[in-house]
Amino acid sequence: MQPTKKEYSDIPGTIVFDADQARMGYGINMFCMSLLKDENRKAFKADEAGYLKAYKLTPEQTEAVLKRQWNRMLELGGNIYFTAKLGATDGLSFQQMAAMMTGVTQQEYADMMLAGGRSPNGNRSKSEWKK
Amino acid sequence: MAKIIAGVATSHVPAIGAALDLGKTQEPYWQRVFAGYEESKKWIEKVKPDVCIVVFNDHATAFSMDIVPTFALGCAAEFEPADEGWGPRPVPTVHGHPELAAHIAQSVITDEFDLTIVNKMEVDHGLTVPLSLMFGQPKEWPCKIIPLAVNVVLFPPPSGNRCFNLGKAIRKAVESFPEDLRVVVFGTGGMSHQISGPRAGLINSDFDKAFLDGMVNDPKKLTAIKHVDYMREAGAEGIEMVMWLIMRGALDEKVHERYRFYTVPASNTAVGHLILENQELAAAAE
Repeated sequence: MQPTKKEYSDIPGTIVFDADQARMGYGINMFCMSLLKDENRKAFKADEAGYLKAYKLTPEQTEAVLKRQWNRMLELGGNIYFTAKLGATDGLSFQQMAAMMTGVTQQEYADMMLAGGRSPNGNRSKSEWKK
Repeated sequence: MAKIIAGVATSHVPAIGAALDLGKTQEPYWQRVFAGYEESKKWIEKVKPDVCIVVFNDHATAFSMDIVPTFALGCAAEFEPADEGWGPRPVPTVHGHPELAAHIAQSVITDEFDLTIVNKMEVDHGLTVPLSLMFGQPKEWPCKIIPLAVNVVLFPPPSGNRCFNLGKAIRKAVESFPEDLRVVVFGTGGMSHQISGPRAGLINSDFDKAFLDGMVNDPKKLTAIKHVDYMREAGAEGIEMVMWLIMRGALDEKVHERYRFYTVPASNTAVGHLILENQELAAAAE
């Protein structure tokens, strides 16, 4: 079966959390959800790889979590509201995570936001990012 | 009979709640945001709603990937503020209006809006930040709150048109409730923002300002905006703005714009806010 072409797949730098992503990422997201409980955060921190075994992640997903590859987690089915709970477990704010996902320092990211944020111009289509 | 007197639209940025709770409201960065709500607090104190129906989205707090309801109406007597990983916000328990909520559920389901009924739900910043912005930091919230959670996390959320029509059905339901109640509907979330992936930080003030105008004068036009266009133009998470259309659908066709505020940024997000009055309330205020 060929995957259906999605009209939103042309938006650059954006992984839309749709049914396909959600199916793939169920384990990542439910693992992240478990981190809402303090005892689970402690257990995860004490033995990260061991804790993840209960969530049936693929080897790629496990690696992305252990290495805190935030964009990779999204590509592999994670959703930002869930992965943010892993960020919170690490003591990161949303803005710190955003800086990591966009590949700039937190200060650079904060300055960009203060200056009005990232413009939609030049950021609407993948073709604009290839130039 | 119960009636809807006005609508409030506002962003629900979590960092706003944190700034309030940590006493940072006087810092210049946050002062810029909170100053925009001073008029609104006076307004809501004056109009004294008995009930607020707050349309919001849960951010993987009450709903994990186990159950994802598209529309979930809170019918319980109480909703506790959730622990989102940093401890629950120090805000009062939210008291519902189970009779009106049950009446709305029965009425809109009969009108073919098959929403989910929730009797147990902790409420996250999506609901409590708008309450804090409008009511400040009281010991108890001054009115009953009916939460209406909309899925905007798992694509696709309901369409803007569906949201608008649900708003209409909610109005019909409220207006057939026998008790005299003054009801305000909140539409929360937005405005433009993207917090995920390499394009995070997207802000589109032109889109937002046109959306604010449309909310006042031409909501029908907004109901035609496609999901892909929200995401492309206003950021992946900007799609939350469909929730504002539930509020707008519950109001008169022509409304009075009592107040508008817009600022960039609060953390990662453009903050937009509107107070729209139905004709009757606007006429009484003249």
